Amino acid sequence: MESGFGSDFGSDFAAGGGGAGGKLDPGLIMEQVKVQIAVANAQELLQRMTDKCFRKCIGKPGGSLDNSEQKCIAMCMDRYMDSWNTVSRAYNSRLQRERANM
Amino acid sequence: RGGAAREGRGSAAPGMDTPSATGLGGADPQLQRFIEVETQKQRFQQLVHQMTELCWEKCMDKPGPKLDSRAETCFVNCVERFIDTSQFILNRLEQTQKSKSAFSESLSD
Repeated sequence: MESGFGSDFGSDFAAGGGGAGGKLDPGLIMEQVKVQIAVANAQELLQRMTDKCFRKCIGKPGGSLDNSEQKCIAMCMDRYMDSWNTVSRAYNSRLQRERANM
Repeated sequence: RGGAAREGRGSAAPGMDTPSATGLGGADPQLQRFIEVETQKQRFQQLVHQMTELCWEKCMDKPGPKLDSRAETCFVNCVERFIDTSQFILNRLEQTQKSKSAFSESLSD
């Protein structure tokens, strides 16, 4: 699934930032860009989650995913999300602390 | 001060290779501001992805039914120490560049 994040991003801005007589609404472009960014982040998250949970839950690959493996993956996904949120909160706190100290 | 903790200029959004925000959408201040804000947000996101990956290796044994407090503490510590590491590296680099005439000298230590 191509996200078109790289090339579309630049051309959208080149067209929208022009201004004069432009039919392109910068507000719309900004919304589209936000969506593309969100999609890119979701893809990144999924990719790393898959990597980590495959490592944790799949030993010697069999002919299919057995029940214990599926349960493990399901739990792993939830724990990965918990971890991501914990890291996000911790990083945010640290940034705020750093800014307060400047 | 410090690398990971400082939200500065510079490209960070995936697919963006402009070194600064002023080139793109330069005529429209609203777009310019938008790019700055989104770039900063994206830097944050990228670091969260990176730290989650690193800290998962250090803090997670077997995924259980919930994130226990020990693991949660580990993640928080991990984030703090990662940022400390980043700042330490920057600071020491700055020092070694000040005290020695050439950077290559400090590399051969």
